[in-house]
Amino acid sequence: MIPDSLIEDVVVQMLRNAVTKLPHDVEDALVRAHATETDEVPRTQLKTILDNIAMAEDAVTPICQDTGVQIFFVKQGAVETGDLVEAIGRGVARATGEVPLRPNTVHPITRANHKDNRGVRMPYINIEPTAEPYLEMTVMPKGAGSENMSQMAMLTPSQGIKGIKQFALDTLVRAGGKPCPPIIIGMGIGGSADISIHIAKEALLRPLGEHHPDPDIAALEKELYEALNEIGIGPMGLGGRTTLLGLAIEYAHCHTASLPVAINIQCWAARRCTARIHPDGRVEYPTHPGGA
Amino acid sequence: MAEHHLTLPLDEATVRGLGLGDTVYFNGTFVTARDEAHIHALEKAEKGEPLPFDLDGAAVFHCGPIMRDLGDGRWEIVAAGPTTSSRMNNLEPKFLRTFNVRAIIGKGGMSRPTVDAMQEMGAVYLAITGGAAVVAARGVSEVKGVHWLEMGMPEAMWVLEGDDFGPMTVAIDAHGNSLFEAIDAEVERNVPSIRQRLGLD
Repeated sequence: MIPDSLIEDVVVQMLRNAVTKLPHDVEDALVRAHATETDEVPRTQLKTILDNIAMAEDAVTPICQDTGVQIFFVKQGAVETGDLVEAIGRGVARATGEVPLRPNTVHPITRANHKDNRGVRMPYINIEPTAEPYLEMTVMPKGAGSENMSQMAMLTPSQGIKGIKQFALDTLVRAGGKPCPPIIIGMGIGGSADISIHIAKEALLRPLGEHHPDPDIAALEKELYEALNEIGIGPMGLGGRTTLLGLAIEYAHCHTASLPVAINIQCWAARRCTARIHPDGRVEYPTHPGGA
Repeated sequence: MAEHHLTLPLDEATVRGLGLGDTVYFNGTFVTARDEAHIHALEKAEKGEPLPFDLDGAAVFHCGPIMRDLGDGRWEIVAAGPTTSSRMNNLEPKFLRTFNVRAIIGKGGMSRPTVDAMQEMGAVYLAITGGAAVVAARGVSEVKGVHWLEMGMPEAMWVLEGDDFGPMTVAIDAHGNSLFEAIDAEVERNVPSIRQRLGLD
């Protein structure tokens, strides 16, 4: 059995990795964006972002003060675990003090803050059973600036692909500079209201440069990415060529009378960390092979 | 575009002299304030109660930092990037007029009523790179204190000492001009060609 104490320790390390060092695909995309910009204002924004990434990694300190709420995606392979939810919660509380993370999690109405990022249903944990011989956990610390720009629409089937494209364009224009561009757009198409939002967020877990295995969906990703990047919002909404670092779509089959579509926006600080825990206690961090 | 290294607090003439797109760095004392600190400060002003920090000529940073508690009332700044300023859109015009604040630091810009209040009072909006929380924290030499910590670490009013704090870009000047409105207009101009490209017409 994988002991709770190991899961707790791994969660602390995952959060430290995630908030202090971006995955390579994200950093590489920001370097390319800086090389693309010609005007002084967007170049200054991207230069500051790249300086900040280097300084955060060097000092093992959070890239952004908004260390988000902690969303976990767990793939429960053929391994035995104890009280997984409690162990993850304890890991989040410890990381809040040790990394440190900002205590962001509050009661939705009273706004009371327990100061350890734990609360009712928080940290939020998605668990999916798999046949793999290990436990895989991914954490996505999600800041509010980008999350607040999320949109969901119940389109009619007759609105079809045009409706989906229009929704993406409208959502981008409405978000403007607020979600800390350059952004990544996660789109969920189909399913039901809740499924579309869930898979929109899941789409953000896909590394930049990878496309959906379905060639039609991959073509739609490319078409939307290239067209929407002509919008001119630019880094931090101050104008420029780079508004999107990427756009990923996930889809699910849906009711014949429905066409749900959702967008979850990710800021440039696209933080994620994955850990694999093997039954013999070995731990790998595929997103952070060199450590934090 | 000019670069300015300014000492706080600011006077009206200095602020009126800043041009859209100029780069600004601050030296001296300034404070953070987000949603709850704005509301709390305005409530106090309405009751005629004094604020713990004089905002006349001050710079106010839309920021909820990560601070490390060193004990004995001492704090170390860890990360301190800007939060989304538009959340304060409905509070800022009154805040500027009530307290005579000269500079708002944030990200994402603010709406027309704030631009108008800045023109009227002589204040500017300075955009600092969102998410670049370590760069911003390096520009703070000392955490001088904290007020209203009972509202939580992000929402409290932190008193910071800037040491060439920046770079910040003048994104709303004191003459009614907004870089964000200029970008919005450009976005509007770009929409028709994107619609055409996506086959939406």
